Amino acid sequence: MAEIVIRNLRKEFGSFTAVQESNFTVADGEFFMLLGPSGCGKTTTLRMIAGLELPTSGQILLDGEDVARKRASARDIAFVFQMFALYPHMNVRKNIAYPLLSQGMGRKETRRKVEEVAGILGITPILDRPVGGLSSGDRQRVALGRAIVREPKAFLMDEPLGALDAEFREHMAEELRALHDRMGATTVYVTHDQLEAMQMGDKIVVMNHGVVEQWGTPQEIYDRPASLFVANFIGSPPMNFLRFEATLEPGATRAHLSGVDIPIPRLETGVSGRQLVLGVRPEHVHLGTDGPYRGEVIATEYLGTTQIVTLTTANGTIRVRAPSGQPVRVGETPSLTFNTATLSLFDAGSGQAMKVDRAAARAAMREQAHG
Amino acid sequence: MSFSVTEPTRIEKWVAGVLVVVYAVVTLLPLIWIIGTGFKSPSDAIAYPPKVVFDPTLEGYVNLFTSRARLTPDALEELGPPETWYDRITRQYDMVITGPSLYGERFLNSVFIGFGSTFLSVFLGTLAAYAFSRFKVPLKDDLMFFILSTRMMPPIAVAIPIFLMFRQLGLSDTHLGMILLYTAVNLSLSVWLLKGFIDEIPVEYEEAALIDGYTRFQAFYKVVLPQATTGIASTAIFCLIFAWNEYAFAVLLTSGTAQTAPPFIPTIIGVGKDWPAVAAGATLFLLPVMVFTILLRKHLLRGITFGAVRK
Repeated sequence: MAEIVIRNLRKEFGSFTAVQESNFTVADGEFFMLLGPSGCGKTTTLRMIAGLELPTSGQILLDGEDVARKRASARDIAFVFQMFALYPHMNVRKNIAYPLLSQGMGRKETRRKVEEVAGILGITPILDRPVGGLSSGDRQRVALGRAIVREPKAFLMDEPLGALDAEFREHMAEELRALHDRMGATTVYVTHDQLEAMQMGDKIVVMNHGVVEQWGTPQEIYDRPASLFVANFIGSPPMNFLRFEATLEPGATRAHLSGVDIPIPRLETGVSGRQLVLGVRPEHVHLGTDGPYRGEVIATEYLGTTQIVTLTTANGTIRVRAPSGQPVRVGETPSLTFNTATLSLFDAGSGQAMKVDRAAARAAMREQAHG
Repeated sequence: MSFSVTEPTRIEKWVAGVLVVVYAVVTLLPLIWIIGTGFKSPSDAIAYPPKVVFDPTLEGYVNLFTSRARLTPDALEELGPPETWYDRITRQYDMVITGPSLYGERFLNSVFIGFGSTFLSVFLGTLAAYAFSRFKVPLKDDLMFFILSTRMMPPIAVAIPIFLMFRQLGLSDTHLGMILLYTAVNLSLSVWLLKGFIDEIPVEYEEAALIDGYTRFQAFYKVVLPQATTGIASTAIFCLIFAWNEYAFAVLLTSGTAQTAPPFIPTIIGVGKDWPAVAAGATLFLLPVMVFTILLRKHLLRGITFGAVRK
């Protein structure tokens, strides 16, 4: 098992830059997600780690050794392809044994290993079947078997659940995570599905246009998005953005939005006369009757225990997740109060989050609740 | 394309049946005629009106494989009665067999040159097609077009320069020369056909093999080749049919040691107008390609429809 350090990794295809200087570390035994929309460079990054693409510049440290320019076969890394890429002219057993064959492992030892892996994955009964007639779930398991049989330093997976039915995906995701927990293998997993990333990952890297936007735990990424892109990409429905212009001193704890004073987490740096964005998650808004900041309800969506209420405010549209028991009708103008500690502030120009002190805001809120 | 889900009517079935029969007659009749002529006697072969019912004889085949000499009745008397069935046939014409004819040798030349050039075309074509399909080749499109452009003229258009080149290089009337020539003509077809087939094989298989610890070449022959067998088989059939049937270059460039069967067969006629022997030679000449095509039939069918249904 291994630690993977990505240092200033860059990839250009002709004049197109697929990945710009990227930096992140995959700790030993971590289930690591590379998340982003299609074309963001996540698959290219994964392929560089695997050795299927040669980086333009930068380093890939595998247990401290730079492997960026080594052949794929010399890296001791396993790769699970989106389409599984099971060798169609071999049966299940041969597919799983194929990586061992290249290592020159003996026939008896190979047989034992293949059967052990088949046992772990629950595919012993299909070992001698051709891969052509397998269900997508079994294909997935065979692909995993081929990856784990060699006990490589790390697993790389390129949207391995992308080819499965939605229903089956959930099940396979659990199976995959359980397998990882059992083997404790370093895994890098590419996906465009933020739910999958949040559900399965220990750490997530969010990429966009070849840039690493943020690197952190799912909770960090959800609670403290580093940029407007991340805030918009993670969460369903995504974070609301209320646009306003303001001059704020360092240490400011209030912002003026359309003449209403709204408490914000304490700013660490000031701004003057800039376009700003106040980011607020739909679940962190409370609809009430008294309060100065108001919006007009234009739509409601019923989701069982909760409902999504869409309102227009002076600073843009906002979607609120409210308990479905709360009576809300189109045309009403309820007040909106925000959970101060969860608010994010972004610079509209750069799209980057501004540094705030959430601990202070959290303490203040606690005091308010007790007092 | 849309498909009708209704049953064809009786008239439609009837019309379709008639068309198939007409087509079968048009294509099969010359073939049946040649095979039949091979079993006729020389006089039956040139009889007018043509004989549909005749006494089959192996005369044509005996004449095809033997060279014979006419003897005086006295000399024949001395030899005594014919000993074998083929002796008996030739004695009808006051002739005796003096040895085997050149047909067997020419036939083997055809086999050697035909299969040799087919192997070489497919071997080189597969390597080239793989490179064009998978690697960044500078000026790839231009090169592919150049390869195709060699087929835009009939090969015989360059017969004279090739004749002079072969004479200069000492390749005239050699097996190697004919193999190289047929390979050169077939290679463009083979590269284009095989590139299409290899393009259809997802690159992930090789990448999986690379990651599983194999080199690029191992990935090529252990993972790509087994999946390209369909394409390789159908390409081989096309190459073999061309090299096997080629006549013009064979007439021009071979006369002795490396002469193939097509230029040899017409020379059998000789002065005796021995059409049955010619027909017998043509019939036997058809067999290898027929057998080869039937053996690879399954691949050929799949090859022709390859890529038509997937994706």
